[in-house]
Amino acid sequence: MRVYEVLFIVAPNVEESDIETLVTQLSDVATNQGASIAKVDRMGRRKLAYPIQKFNDGHYVVLTIEGSGAEIAELERRMRVTDAVIRYITIRIDEDLKRAEKFRVRRAARAAATAGRRRSRRPEPVLPIGVEDEEGEEEEAEL
Amino acid sequence: MSSEQRDQGRRDDRGGRQGGGQGGRRFIRPRKSCRFCADKVDYIDYKDGRLLGSYIPERGKILPRRISGTCAPHQRMLASAIKRARNAAILPFTTD
Repeated sequence: MRVYEVLFIVAPNVEESDIETLVTQLSDVATNQGASIAKVDRMGRRKLAYPIQKFNDGHYVVLTIEGSGAEIAELERRMRVTDAVIRYITIRIDEDLKRAEKFRVRRAARAAATAGRRRSRRPEPVLPIGVEDEEGEEEEAEL
Repeated sequence: MSSEQRDQGRRDDRGGRQGGGQGGRRFIRPRKSCRFCADKVDYIDYKDGRLLGSYIPERGKILPRRISGTCAPHQRMLASAIKRARNAAILPFTTD
């Protein structure tokens, strides 16, 4: 199972209701191919950083799709043909999300470990590193 | 090139210390730290134009990490996010 983020920009001269139908149309294309739509995010009208097809702004829509990857080809073909869509980008995000999750888990584990160590030791350790304690012990041994 | 020279070049890449050498004087700057590490960011979203915008100077280029102090893993994430954002017309390719 792969997770994709499909971002597309709809031309600014398209009516609000037409955008609605376009979004449902494109989601239907994906669901008919066996994918599921996890999220539809309509970011609204935004200014473009550079003109696309002589338009200076556009409606941003982000679809989060879970599927096998086959439906993306059909979806992209549809968007290429649709004149109202002036730009589209598909990004696979499941691997990035998995990596982010791994980092989060590792950080939580490390936090738990240090908390446990801190509790078992003397109630004094203010400094995070135990280097200075060792030095003190060595001096005592020499004396 | 000896390995020592190469090592120095590498160290210089991260904006730790600067200058030094012939004058006998050394300017040691406080080490810049990675903002993403401090904020514990695991994934840099390409749709966040405001965040990414702070890493592209006027010319529209990606800010090198020797200036921003970003760590290597986060700089990689940042670079790919900026490139995605450029394709989505969230950030400019060039500004003139």
